[in-house]
Amino acid sequence: MTTTFQAAGSAVTRPQQRRDWVRYALIGSALLVVALFLIMPLLTVLVEGLRKGWQTYFDALVEPNTLSAIKLTLLVAAIAVPLNTVFGVAAAWAIARFEFRGKSLLITLIDLPFAVSPVIAGLIYVLVFGANGWFGPWLAEHDIRILFAVPGLVLATIFVTFPFVARELIPLMQEQGREEEEAALSLGASGWQMFFKVTLPNIKWALLYGVTLCNARAMGEFGAVSVVSGHIRGQTNTLPLHVEILYNEYNFAASFAVASLLALLAVTTLILKSVLEWKQQQDRLAAANEVTE
Amino acid sequence: MAQSAKTSLMPGLRPALGFTVLYLSLLVLIPLSALLLKSFGLGPAEWFELLTRPRVLASFRVTLLTSLSAAALNVALGLLLAWVLVRYPLPGKRVIDALIDLPFALPTAVAGIVLTAIYASNGWVGHLLEPLGIKVAFTPLGITVALIFIGLPFVVRTVQPVLQDLDPAAEEAASSLGASRWQVFVKIIFPNIVPALLTGFALAFARGLGEYGSVIFIAGNRPMVSEIVPLLIMTKLEQFDYVGATVIGMAMLLISFVLLLIINALQAWTRRRTGAL
Repeated sequence: MTTTFQAAGSAVTRPQQRRDWVRYALIGSALLVVALFLIMPLLTVLVEGLRKGWQTYFDALVEPNTLSAIKLTLLVAAIAVPLNTVFGVAAAWAIARFEFRGKSLLITLIDLPFAVSPVIAGLIYVLVFGANGWFGPWLAEHDIRILFAVPGLVLATIFVTFPFVARELIPLMQEQGREEEEAALSLGASGWQMFFKVTLPNIKWALLYGVTLCNARAMGEFGAVSVVSGHIRGQTNTLPLHVEILYNEYNFAASFAVASLLALLAVTTLILKSVLEWKQQQDRLAAANEVTE
Repeated sequence: MAQSAKTSLMPGLRPALGFTVLYLSLLVLIPLSALLLKSFGLGPAEWFELLTRPRVLASFRVTLLTSLSAAALNVALGLLLAWVLVRYPLPGKRVIDALIDLPFALPTAVAGIVLTAIYASNGWVGHLLEPLGIKVAFTPLGITVALIFIGLPFVVRTVQPVLQDLDPAAEEAASSLGASRWQVFVKIIFPNIVPALLTGFALAFARGLGEYGSVIFIAGNRPMVSEIVPLLIMTKLEQFDYVGATVIGMAMLLISFVLLLIINALQAWTRRRTGAL
């Protein structure tokens, strides 16, 4: 009995100090990890990019090959992201609103591209469209370029960003259920009216969230596009590939200057992501309040 | 009656499902089957011969060892970060929480050149380690550092929600019965987060196996020493050795599939464990 009392007594007094000591050690090491792995890389991009001064920095950004890399990156994202967005909405609509056989297999297959190495994502398109591939000879005969040209870059980018929108929407739409949409239909709304007036407002933040992540990856993808690009400067070099070329030429300041554009994209993505997470949370709270009222 | 009428009212199954399956087939399944068919065209003897070449075996060893050690270290770092973010009041917590996802958002090529600059012998961290005889850049250790960076968010993001939802009642009961903080952690908290830790480990490991962009700058890429499997595939492609690239790619794909199945099972276990059925 006395031992229990002692144990209970010491639990109240002694560990309080010890816990503080442990707490500070844990917080300290966590901040060290954050500084070393997250803050230092961001700072390094800027410091290395500006090592030879602002003039070199800006020259690297407005150089024609950089400008064409920026244009190509924007073009590829402008094709790949909307396509994957339409796919994500269609897939989520089918999966979250209907029952059919093979649904869980379909969900697994949609996630599949995340499990595949980016280099393999590029490789498979080489096997389909390359000179020795399935359609290679036919494409050469008709003078259609897919590999080492924009279509190849778009295909590889679509592959690596395939699941982003769908995987944000599916769980949300499953959780929301179909009552509101059914109500709209029973009040006489057409299919598209229901979609634009009920479905889209309900999923808009999650949709934007998925699009943001999809876009970040589409603009930043390296491995997959590296396989299918052919690295033709000024023609098939996206921004990340341009960073690599400049780096391999020991043109470090220019390489980091171009990399700082991509780092800016990453930071913008993180900010947007936080805002959209907050918006989603607000919506969820509002919905919960409505239910309790 | 109303129920069945409502069900049939919901429009769009055919076009939505049709487009989904078509798009998935054209862009993912058919190209992947090209890899399958091409590699099935080879006999088992050829497979064996191509995969047991010393340089190929060495690249698999490097890739597996570096991804495993990076994923293991990420379990420790991820648990630490998730714990501090959930349990302790901290100024600037929202910013740190948002920054955790930087490795997901930062293009891998940028991560690659930045980490090389930091860990090279004249870099911010590299010049501190050099006198201690530790070389990071251009060694397998550099690959591990890159993979720790790339995999950091996985464990944090799998463990964080589980820690957040833990019922404090069990912990309070245990400490009021005289359990020390350490005992509470080992006996009550830890068993609850094991599935999430394992899921995070598997996700980080799977990502590390296939990672290319962030690794090739810092690895040094010496055959037999610091050459990873994805780079070897790339090299084979540049030499127009499509058979070699296909066989190695197929072996990688099989490993990824097995990992995907394990991850799915682990996630189902996490859901059962946390009671979100």
